[in-house]
Amino acid sequence: MVKTVDAPDGIEGQGFFATSLDKVIGIARSNSIWPLPFATSCCGIEFMATMGANYDLARFGSERLAFTPRQTDLLMVMGTISKKMAPVLKQVYDQMAEPKWVLSVGACACSGGIFDTYSVLQGIDKVIPVDVYVPGCPPRPEQIIEGLMKIQELAKNESLRRRDSDEYKTMLESYNIYSAEK
Amino acid sequence: MDNQQLLAHIAALTGSEPNAVEDTYGMLNVHLETSSLLRVVEGLKTKHQFIYLTDICASHYPDRVGAEFEVIYHLHNLVANQRVRLKVALPEAQLSLPTLTGLYAGANWMERETFDFYGVIFEGHPDLRRILNMDDMDYHPLRKQYALEDETRTDKNDTFFGR
Repeated sequence: MVKTVDAPDGIEGQGFFATSLDKVIGIARSNSIWPLPFATSCCGIEFMATMGANYDLARFGSERLAFTPRQTDLLMVMGTISKKMAPVLKQVYDQMAEPKWVLSVGACACSGGIFDTYSVLQGIDKVIPVDVYVPGCPPRPEQIIEGLMKIQELAKNESLRRRDSDEYKTMLESYNIYSAEK
Repeated sequence: MDNQQLLAHIAALTGSEPNAVEDTYGMLNVHLETSSLLRVVEGLKTKHQFIYLTDICASHYPDRVGAEFEVIYHLHNLVANQRVRLKVALPEAQLSLPTLTGLYAGANWMERETFDFYGVIFEGHPDLRRILNMDDMDYHPLRKQYALEDETRTDKNDTFFGR
């Protein structure tokens, strides 16, 4: 049996179905998240397993990986990010179009992990905002999938106006990221 | 050519007996003066087939007054499969050595790395700038006076992480 996404709450009658645009767009976004894998170390290997047939991230509508930030919705950072890599990561995030989400996979991406040292960025949230953190060293594919499902929940329930709000702008500006009209 | 013969060749190149010699696991270690380094390496390369520069590295001994730094060269004779290690001690006040880039092109990045991590100046190097660390880093992190941990971090509680 093919499992499909449940229809949102709404008013249904003969020949019509009425619901709010938020819900429809939320469902569409959350079930077609295109990830950009930013894999720098062993968490990237776990991600490869996650993409493979046994775990199959494609079941969540995320089979379309892209290594181009312009076309992707989700930045998956998996692995140690050195301080020298930080500006690259930030540029990739900058180039992604809204709406965009960030999944930080593994201890190193979340906090620097065991690499408490002069050359390693102590968590990617020092340079870009993060939506979901996946702990583990490295996390198992199940955990990465759970992280993706949390992102799906965020995408599904996000208000369409959130990214125009002042709070969102202020949050981005705290990372020195300014929107285009500025 | 065994290590004794090699040592005799090196002594001939320097014109005097080397300061100190060790033999670790069958590999000859020769301590050289800064002034004789270039002559010895050139001689080993051109006359004794040590055509391969395996590595350049350094180490820091903060307690050894007057010889706080040591730069170490590993050479390899690929024909006879013989290796030799040359060590040059340097005082912190005079942290410079002649470059080997004229003899081995591969010395370029190795010397940049040694400069990056220890601040050793290689005189005559064509492009002596940092290679691995951030360009705006203002210290040489493998010197012993710097803590290994990132001192700028704010998120870890010292009582839990055993500083």
